[in-house]
Amino acid sequence: MKGRAVRRASSSNPRLVWFLAGGLLVALLLAGVVSNFASGSPDGLDATALKGCTTDAEGNITGGTCIAQQEQEHQMKDSPLADYGIAGIDNPYLSAGLSGVIGVLLTFGLGYGLFWLVRRRGQRTDRTATGAGEA
Amino acid sequence: MDVVAMHIANGIVNAQVSGMFAVIAAFALAICVMRGRADLNDRLAPMAGLVAAFIFAVQMLNFQVLPGVSGHLLGGTLAAILVGPWVGALCVSTVLIIQCLLFADGGLTALGLNITNMAVLGTAVGYLLVAGLLRVLPKTPGGLAVTAFVASVISVVIASQGFVLQYWLGGTTQLSLSTIAGALAGVHTFIGIGEGLIAATTVATVARVRPDLVYALRRFRAPAASPAMAAAGVGGTA
Repeated sequence: MKGRAVRRASSSNPRLVWFLAGGLLVALLLAGVVSNFASGSPDGLDATALKGCTTDAEGNITGGTCIAQQEQEHQMKDSPLADYGIAGIDNPYLSAGLSGVIGVLLTFGLGYGLFWLVRRRGQRTDRTATGAGEA
Repeated sequence: MDVVAMHIANGIVNAQVSGMFAVIAAFALAICVMRGRADLNDRLAPMAGLVAAFIFAVQMLNFQVLPGVSGHLLGGTLAAILVGPWVGALCVSTVLIIQCLLFADGGLTALGLNITNMAVLGTAVGYLLVAGLLRVLPKTPGGLAVTAFVASVISVVIASQGFVLQYWLGGTTQLSLSTIAGALAGVHTFIGIGEGLIAATTVATVARVRPDLVYALRRFRAPAASPAMAAAGVGGTA
């Protein structure tokens, strides 16, 4: 009974693979295509943080008093994927769309990998995990 | 796409308070890993990867809520319903860490602030509301959709107030706290409604296609096959 349940739950289950593939395809379409139709306005937090300040065309604060006044540059601003684009690709749609696709695949890969590593394994690890988790 | 920053940036909250919240976030995530292990099996691990990837994708979809102001999904409630509170908080954190390190969104110094608000606070509030609401609402795709909507709206507003607390403790500017709290709560009510609609559509779809993959339904379902699920016409266990 237990063995059967485990076998059914394994990732080799073709129905689960189909579900994952379908979900991933939806995520890729949203990040790769639909994201280009997203609103370009600052989000709720950003808009509130800029309230009271004046900004130039590039969004840099030029004066006034607001939450974001002391904002500093991002440490990763030179990342090739910075600001949801790909450095070197001039077409804005291609750049944003591809960066979204890369982001979805990286998040899936990293998430799956990390969760797979910490997952509960079979009975033997189960017992050690319970013992360690009792503290 | 002009929206290039969606989370708290560097320098808005001072280094000491940012550091304090980095420790709080790390501690909370450690608890999530320990408790989440009990939920994570061979089937939930890939599902959690998908939930994280889906949240990353939907966070790119800023929707207009007021003139000149947009909003995007935070994802805590959605994640809690699909993969549970512990793994759910880890999913949102994975997204925030990738956005910070690779996409330069959400300051590195502010990562603890962002994880505390969106991954820890947002998911915790969302899950508590889901657990409460599913005691009274039917455990059908429709009932789950209503649950996701209500829990999302409240969870998003509370997550926004997490920032108010952090700003109160260590904001680098001295602006009226009540004005900020009110402004953020107001705009995040609209953002929460948008998030609620997305979360409701998503969980209702998964509940129709694969109810066995919805953590909140497994958790609150009677050990025997639930009549509610049978009535919904789902045969996911075949």
